[in-house]
Amino acid sequence: MLVMKEKLDIILSSFSGEGRELIPVLQKIQEEMGYLSPEAMLYAAEFLKIPPSNVFGVASFYEQFRFSPVGKKIVMVCQGTACHVKGAEKVMNEISRHIGIKEGQTREDMEYTLKGVACIGCCALAPCITINDDVHGRLTPKLIEKIFIKKPVNKKTNE
Amino acid sequence: MSDVNIIIDGIEVKAKAGKTILDAALENNIYIPNLCHHPELVPTGTCRMCLVEVEGISSVVVACKTIVRQGMSVSTESPLINSTRRATLELLHINHKQDCTNCKKNGICKLQEVTAFVGVNEGRLKLLRKNKPHVPPDKSNPFFKLDHDKCILCGICIRTCNEIQGVDALQFAYRGYHTIVSAFLNQTIKDSVCESCGECVVRCPVGALVPKHTSMPSREVSSVCPYCGVGCGILLGVRGDKITSVTGIKESPVNKGRLCVKGRYGYEWVNHSERLKKPLIKKGENFVESSWDEALTLIAEKLSKYKGESFATFSSAKCTNEDNYIIQKFTRAGMLTNNIDHCARLCHAPSVAGLAQSFGSGAMTNTIGELGKAGCIFAIGTNTTESHPVIALEVKSAKKNGSKIIVANPREIDLCKFADIWLQHKPGTDVPLLMGICKAIINNGLEDEEFINSRCEGYSEFKESLKEYDLKNVEKITGVPAGKIKEAAKVYASMGPSSIIYAMGITQHTHGTDNVLAISNLAMLTGNIGKKSSGVNPLRGQNNVQGACDMGALPNFFPGYQKVLEETVIKKFESAWECKLSNKTGITLTEIIDAIDRKKVKALYLVGENSLLSEPDANHVKEALKKLEFFVAQDVFLSETACLADVVLPAASFAEKDGTFTNTERRIQRVRKALNPIGESKPDWLITCMIAQKMGIKGFEFSGAKEIFDEISKLTPSYKGVSYERIDKTGLQWPVYDKTHKGTPVLHKEKFLTSNGLGRFAKLKYRPPAEIPDKEYPLLLTTERSLYHYHTGTMSRRVDGLNVLNSEELVEINPTDAEKYRLKDGDKVSVESRRGRVNAVIKTTKKCPKGVISMSFHFFESPTNVITNPAIDPVAKIPELKVAAVRIQKT
Repeated sequence: MLVMKEKLDIILSSFSGEGRELIPVLQKIQEEMGYLSPEAMLYAAEFLKIPPSNVFGVASFYEQFRFSPVGKKIVMVCQGTACHVKGAEKVMNEISRHIGIKEGQTREDMEYTLKGVACIGCCALAPCITINDDVHGRLTPKLIEKIFIKKPVNKKTNE
Repeated sequence: MSDVNIIIDGIEVKAKAGKTILDAALENNIYIPNLCHHPELVPTGTCRMCLVEVEGISSVVVACKTIVRQGMSVSTESPLINSTRRATLELLHINHKQDCTNCKKNGICKLQEVTAFVGVNEGRLKLLRKNKPHVPPDKSNPFFKLDHDKCILCGICIRTCNEIQGVDALQFAYRGYHTIVSAFLNQTIKDSVCESCGECVVRCPVGALVPKHTSMPSREVSSVCPYCGVGCGILLGVRGDKITSVTGIKESPVNKGRLCVKGRYGYEWVNHSERLKKPLIKKGENFVESSWDEALTLIAEKLSKYKGESFATFSSAKCTNEDNYIIQKFTRAGMLTNNIDHCARLCHAPSVAGLAQSFGSGAMTNTIGELGKAGCIFAIGTNTTESHPVIALEVKSAKKNGSKIIVANPREIDLCKFADIWLQHKPGTDVPLLMGICKAIINNGLEDEEFINSRCEGYSEFKESLKEYDLKNVEKITGVPAGKIKEAAKVYASMGPSSIIYAMGITQHTHGTDNVLAISNLAMLTGNIGKKSSGVNPLRGQNNVQGACDMGALPNFFPGYQKVLEETVIKKFESAWECKLSNKTGITLTEIIDAIDRKKVKALYLVGENSLLSEPDANHVKEALKKLEFFVAQDVFLSETACLADVVLPAASFAEKDGTFTNTERRIQRVRKALNPIGESKPDWLITCMIAQKMGIKGFEFSGAKEIFDEISKLTPSYKGVSYERIDKTGLQWPVYDKTHKGTPVLHKEKFLTSNGLGRFAKLKYRPPAEIPDKEYPLLLTTERSLYHYHTGTMSRRVDGLNVLNSEELVEINPTDAEKYRLKDGDKVSVESRRGRVNAVIKTTKKCPKGVISMSFHFFESPTNVITNPAIDPVAKIPELKVAAVRIQKT
């Protein structure tokens, strides 16, 4: 807890503590800590002198803010029109089967987070996904398997 | 403000300048549909129902946010307005659960009202109606539920929580289709910071926020809340022989319709199955039910043997003025002793003594409603939000109006959130803190010389005595930086009118009277007394503790603070009561316990007190009470203390009798009978009269409360002008000198009530608390109250919902101390002092300073007063309930 407090003190040191700084403060916290934890939001509320319920209200309004930690690899499956036509749903199911989590979830070992997103702008490569900053296009079941190599132990339990 | 003329739908109407079009229309009985509007809240214009057209403006405007102008011409309907309203309304309907017949708001729902006016196309609704994702209702709060499927997102609950309560439990969360009213993290309402006051439930225009248990009453009776000293006006909703709802009275100048969780929802105890229904007589070890006649005969026979100094009475600040008057009359005229006291001894005895010395009268000098207009409010030794919730609302509204708030409290209480300056002094260092502030005021030349010279005496001696309180020294004793003291001094002295509010944190000390005198010094020094929105305001604890004091349930005063030793006064009462009276001052509550222990007092008549939980060193109290030769208790429940009695008499509750309560601001208000007494219980005054008559004592032949009140106003100068007729709707604030006098909202306007009319400055010496932490008992225990319970819990512990919100005694401790003693939340611990030991559960919180722990005294399972210190203030005889040295151990 104390470590967390010190970390937040450093993160917030460039702000002056006024209510209008709420969104930049939340962005900075997420950038540094990966997500908005309840403790971090309470701390921001105290720092900016605004009620915690307001902090949560604003944070939950924007898609960009996360309330749970994300995995090392964030997998975003494009669900734009082109990808949809080219079988985005199948891609999602396939990836989900490989990494063992459903859309919107983060794996317990914090390795993967799986999300469906609107068009990522690579329609020519449909169906496509991004893993962190890398784009993978024209996906097929084989390609997906290659990207998400399954560990033998998992394979056994899965089958 | 001046009026402007406007035209609404071709009709010329008058409106106050600055009002909105919507207000102007509604005040002139012209309906404009609206949903998110509430007269007590700042308009937001979100529901888009009140759209109107104004001549000269090309687009439609929202009536609730547009201010009227001279000559403005407004149309409330047009094809454009009607179609826009209907479309918006239909969008609300398609997301609104269709459950009208089953809904508690059926008939009073604003969505129904607006729909009836605007009209919707049912065919189109069917087409549009999608299955919005169902959000499960939040039923976590014991008193109300939130049904998201009925919510129209008007935001009235959110604004109420922010603007009126200052709690901010709720806010809109998520976006678009998924928007809901939510607490932080979408946690349940019970787990949130919600205080369960129910103000949002009252204001919700639809069936989204509805009470769980209350049902529509068949009749409503106007009365006064029986919990704290604020004295909120309530309507008791009755159905058959049960109370089924409580509503705040909007017209009450005290609460303006607002209530706290106890007042609004804490009424279940009245109809509780454990209410005493028949007299009980102890035979052997056990109580046996008896007839009234048998019980009264026994009491009359026994009490006749103890007339004089071997008898004592504990009267009750929960009872009406009429009850208290009769009980003290019985004690004085019937039992021939002044040995009568009540729980004021444990709360505001130092205020009565201290303020009488400085100003000549010991009560709140000003009115609750004035607080909102104060320039500065100095709250010292009061956790107002928990103990006087509705007064706390006034403080919060003052803050909104731009007042400066200074809080002095060792703990980080809720009001600190609203404070401009928080002085965190060490417990028991109030005198140096206050004298330090006085010193800083004089150093800066901010004293009100004219007021001091013309209205006060003893100033030069007082100024001389301040030499001791050098700010560096004060900083050392109190732990408050000198800079902060100077800042507080400047704000208090220059931002006036400044009002001081205080409570038990000031009085429950061995130097309680000195604390009160120090407060008086501060007020006189700056001339902050005798004018509106200023003054010295002790917030009284019990619903009628002011009245019980006024009625002379005190060992040294007859009704109206007429001294028992004054020859003329004795003569006056002897002739009025046709009897011979004792010319000896009685002994106080704390002294009565000791006298019982020493077998000087042998018989006790205890009305509505629960001494085993309320007095310090409770084990000693229990041992003492066992020594009584005869002990009569009179109560609504068989309290822990009543269990020790020989005879227990069943009393009727506040809801079952007529009478008056006098609240903390000296307002005498009517209490009305809403139910017939439960079982064979009877009003307290009637029981006492029956005992007196059985004993053959004359002067107790009253037919009702009104007749008693007439006798009170005859004998009590400050109540002289009060009658039931005059206080039928709104109470009057004493002194009321005659039948035409309108009462006294502000005391000491031209002169003080002292013998020479001058306020008296007091020289004060700092005395540390009687017991301070040491090696053996290293922690300092301070006691406080919880919002969810009341005193010894006789009433509030019998309300299921309140037990859900606060179910056990918690020991609040600073996280650093918790770590030191290896304790975490939920750990069971024993807390031990030199006097005993109690068990409770740990709650770590930064609100508690290091070295200090805090407990309430609501739980008989953890009787905190077993360990508190009975050391008393030499003047007021109040025990030091706020400071005891203790140690803590995991069990």
